[in-house]
Amino acid sequence: MSVLVFVENISGNFKKSAYEVVSYAKTIAKSVNKELVAISIGDVSEENLLNLGKYGANKILTVNADNLKSFVNQAYASIIAQAAKQEDAKIIVLSNSFSGKGLAPRIAAKLEAGLADGVVELPKIDGESFEVKKTAFSGKAFAITALRSDIKVLALNANSFEIREDAVEAAIVNFEGSPSQEDFGAVVKDIVRATDKISLPEAEIVVSGGRGLKGPENWGIIEDLAKALGAATACSKPVSDAGWRPHAEHVGQTGIAVSPNLYIAIGISGAIQHLAGVSSSKVIVVINKDPEAPFFKVADYGIIGDAFDIVPKLTAAINAHKDS
Amino acid sequence: MKVLVCISNVPDTTSKITFSNGDTEFNTTGIQFIVNPYDEIALSKAIELSEGGKGTITVINVGEASTEPTIRKALATGADKAVRVNAHPRDAWFVANQIANYAKHEDFDLILLGRESIDYNGTQVAGLVGELLNIPSVSIAKKISIEDNKATIEREIEGGKEIISVPLPIAIGTAEGVAEPRIPNMRGIMSARTKPLEVIDAIEVPQLAKVIKYETPAPRGAVTLIDAAEAEKLVDLLHTKARVI
Ligand SMILES: Cc1cc2nc3c(=O)[nH]c(=O)nc-3n(C[C@H](O)[C@H](O)[C@H](O)COP(=O)(O)OP(=O)(O)OC[C@H]3O[C@@H](n4cnc5c(N)ncnc54)[C@H](O)[C@@H]3O)c2cc1C
Repeated sequence: MSVLVFVENISGNFKKSAYEVVSYAKTIAKSVNKELVAISIGDVSEENLLNLGKYGANKILTVNADNLKSFVNQAYASIIAQAAKQEDAKIIVLSNSFSGKGLAPRIAAKLEAGLADGVVELPKIDGESFEVKKTAFSGKAFAITALRSDIKVLALNANSFEIREDAVEAAIVNFEGSPSQEDFGAVVKDIVRATDKISLPEAEIVVSGGRGLKGPENWGIIEDLAKALGAATACSKPVSDAGWRPHAEHVGQTGIAVSPNLYIAIGISGAIQHLAGVSSSKVIVVINKDPEAPFFKVADYGIIGDAFDIVPKLTAAINAHKDS
Repeated sequence: MKVLVCISNVPDTTSKITFSNGDTEFNTTGIQFIVNPYDEIALSKAIELSEGGKGTITVINVGEASTEPTIRKALATGADKAVRVNAHPRDAWFVANQIANYAKHEDFDLILLGRESIDYNGTQVAGLVGELLNIPSVSIAKKISIEDNKATIEREIEGGKEIISVPLPIAIGTAEGVAEPRIPNMRGIMSARTKPLEVIDAIEVPQLAKVIKYETPAPRGAVTLIDAAEAEKLVDLLHTKARVI
């Protein structure tokens, strides 16, 4: 028996969330006295693979083929399910990333496994009982979910488990998954990635702007602050609806849910639908000229005033802080 | 083109979420239920694709009789017929099995779902339905166009997007950007009353996951206000006190 963790790579490199899921899965594996097996699909260097050993992966299954270089939902699910059977994995962990969200249900269905997505804590395992905490109602609540199947699949939210070093000697093993021809129906035509941008769902700091910014031409002050902080940029729904910013930046109940260490909301009122997707941020800073803006009720720090005055000053102060 | 749109009946986005029975049940008292906002996008896309007699739209909901106003709203918005699987939708695996069981014999070209429901936020059903029917699935689509029995889909990925080409049939979870949500007009509301709403029995499915308790997030402390003239003080607090920069 083992615990299996799927580690996602981007162009051959593991992201922070990959180390988060390995650390999380290792902690579970230790608590149930099992080996941690990691599976990586695609073209990843041996050096990068061995790195997973630092976080506790005892064995690393690597699968590579020309048609597996980019993410193909069905084929990846098929390979991971086969690996789970080979390794007799009873717990399978992946990241609740965009790709993970496509993958997890397909793996779960293949194995008739109960799936908990949006997981934010370690499971409580007691004999046959297995309970795990996940977000629900768009972040307005949590649901403690019992998984009752023989095999369990957990999709872990970004930024909800800290990376822990736990070095072990890792063995790299080639794994020959055999997805069927029909698993390759979907063909990736193009990938467009802004390499200089920080991925919003995983970002540790998010700088977000709302309708108070008045128009897309004013977004420079948001971007400058984000740049100074090494943060991702985000926006409220009316901003993306108006086409000032792309939909990919819209956070909230009907946008992306984020839980960074620091969320800075600028010119955003704090409507319930916006708060739903951002309220699990560890620290919230609000800048708004309206002292009655509901966002101040959930903020840790607030500045009442005009964003066009305050934000450039703040950016300058951050840059000065970095230099000091 | 034959399109199936899956509709979830969810609490209105402004709802204050509370629980009853020792936090084991969602408290529906005073809660208004609506068509899940992402499902509205799916339905609007289906209408767009079917306009001018190019297709037919069936909506399906797994729910008890109390969800019928939500189903009628979908009919009023533009679906041609509706199916209600008469059961409490206890988890995603249950719902997906009911949808797949219905779709199995119907030869849909396209199954559109919302990327997630705003109550359990699973992002599970599109993938589960795809796997159960052994057809491709895309869980979070930002743009969809269909031509020659193929869908070209823009999918969100970390820090960017991916364009994929997928043969029909396919199950797609739709997100913002796929279509502008439509609202029913008077003619739609009138005609919805006479559109067929078939009620079918649920199939048995093992329960793999069960919510046993709910929790609400811990309340936050009071806000520390900083004078607008002293923005640099915030930087100091974020560094020394909150330790986030
Ligand atoms: C079904 C549904 C789903 C929704 N989902 C989401 C969602 O996911 N995410 C989301 O964000 N919204 C969502 N909304 C919309 C939500 O209800 C609010 O309309 C939205 O969050 C408001 O955005 P805003 O705060 O940017 O704009 P506004 O409400 O217009 O607020 C702008 C704020 O900027 C302040 N301001 C103006 N000028 C300045 C200045 N110079 N300096 C500083 N402050 C200034 C104002 O005081 C005000 O508080 C949803 C709504 C519905 C009905």
